[in-house]
Amino acid sequence: MKKFVPLIIFAALCFIPLIGLSSYVMHILVLVMMWSIIGMAWNLLGGYCGQVSFGHAAFFGMGAYSSGLLYYHFGISAWWGLPVSVPVLTVFSLILGFICLRLRGAYFALATLALGEVLRVTAENLVKFTQGDLGIMIKQRTWVEKTWYFYIILLLAAGCFFVIKKVMESKLGYYFVAIREDQDAANSLGINTTLYKTIALCLSGVLTGIAGAFYMNYMGYIDPTTVFPLYDISIVAVMVVMVGGVATYWGPVIGALIMVFLAEVIRSMPGIGVAHMTLFGILLILIIIFLPNGIVGDFRKMIGLFKPRGALK
Amino acid sequence: MSLLQIREVSKRFGGLAALTNVSYSVEKGEILGLIGPNGAGKTTLFNVVNGFYPPTKGEVLFKGERISHLQPYQICRRGVGRTFQVVRPLRRMTVLDNVIASAFLRSKDKAGAERIALDALQFTGLVEDRGLVSKGLPLGKRKKLEIARALATQPEMLLLDESFAGLNPFEQNELIDIIRKVKSKEITIMIIEHHMKVIMSLSDRVVVLNYGEKIAEGTPKEIGNNPLVIEAYLGEAESA
Repeated sequence: MKKFVPLIIFAALCFIPLIGLSSYVMHILVLVMMWSIIGMAWNLLGGYCGQVSFGHAAFFGMGAYSSGLLYYHFGISAWWGLPVSVPVLTVFSLILGFICLRLRGAYFALATLALGEVLRVTAENLVKFTQGDLGIMIKQRTWVEKTWYFYIILLLAAGCFFVIKKVMESKLGYYFVAIREDQDAANSLGINTTLYKTIALCLSGVLTGIAGAFYMNYMGYIDPTTVFPLYDISIVAVMVVMVGGVATYWGPVIGALIMVFLAEVIRSMPGIGVAHMTLFGILLILIIIFLPNGIVGDFRKMIGLFKPRGALK
Repeated sequence: MSLLQIREVSKRFGGLAALTNVSYSVEKGEILGLIGPNGAGKTTLFNVVNGFYPPTKGEVLFKGERISHLQPYQICRRGVGRTFQVVRPLRRMTVLDNVIASAFLRSKDKAGAERIALDALQFTGLVEDRGLVSKGLPLGKRKKLEIARALATQPEMLLLDESFAGLNPFEQNELIDIIRKVKSKEITIMIIEHHMKVIMSLSDRVVVLNYGEKIAEGTPKEIGNNPLVIEAYLGEAESA
């Protein structure tokens, strides 16, 4: 029965556009699914393989810009960005892995953090190539309605979920977790840690890049500060997974749901503005203290928190 | 030809000579005990054989092939498994998953890996505990898990680093039985151990290190009577 839960949820989601929800609600759902993909991708590298990245905006932005630059320089549909971002991100992740995966733990995290910022500044300054801060705008978006965007991102998210599940049930999955738990022990048990960390990084990078390419097509406009930011992408990617549940299949999905809704709710409150970052920070602290394994990971414990005390006696 | 040959291996960490010109061989099928006072360089030697450190000088040959300067995973693939002095189970994995992770080295699919893993658990008497998360295991079982994990890589040679430390006499006897069983599978063993009773009853030959140098080599009986060894352990006769 449990095996079919993802299928049932997928089927149910397929019917959502038929209900005729407002385009605002559809927009939120599209964002939730896009963030689920980013979260799942981050989770593969950070949650399962233990290589915590603070620079997933780099992959997201690379995906968005491969899409946007194709449109801008060659005049072809930005949707080509979806397939093109796969080889682009693979090569990019390989180079990045070669440089950064020699580092461990916090040093790797710091290197990726720097990387996102380096790319942002680069995109801002390569004005001839990227239009700099002017950004890239698609003159005519493919659809005005959200329906098709919804189906496309739903398919991408479902595909991403499926890929990660398959990966984690295979040899790769065991190797990733072994590397997370103890790199030296894994190495002496015959696991080529550098190779498998690079594979995790490539998978994670490619999936995030696809989400970025979708973003370009969906929003119709990108500039360096919207696709390469530290706060709004890299940190939120970490939060989506932390809130939902590290190293769980559904964690990133639940996390994306909560984070996107929360961002919308906070944004609609008057007089808060940029202070929403503060609220996110407080939320993260609370999560780490009370639910270190996230909502999915600590589900039982969370229910226990709401039960009347002493009920067990 | 010897299974493992250690040829004039030296390892320096900056100005500290951890190993100086150590040479000896391990024959196929034997249990070789490696002993010496604390800081004698036993674990460093394991780390050199296992590939964590490249030797500063000298070389290590396994089945006639030079394995020093290879990575640990490559050496493991050639058939040298090891356990750690401080047990390092993959903490948040179950016992079975721990062993499956290393069994994937010899199997393409999961079913095959699981078979190898279950065999290794059966062998070490951990089958009953296969569903437990390994960070909750008591020390005795964690030590066995280390051995099961190394066995799942189907090694020809096993390096055991102080597998007996911290065990009670009952667990020690269990582990001695397991090691004898490993030997009967024609797996060669090199073992570091402080427990003299264990080392003397298990080993076919013993090598003694002191301050990074080999000071003696021979049968347990010869070693027990060797004045140099007694001096290394108990201090010089005059100053005692």
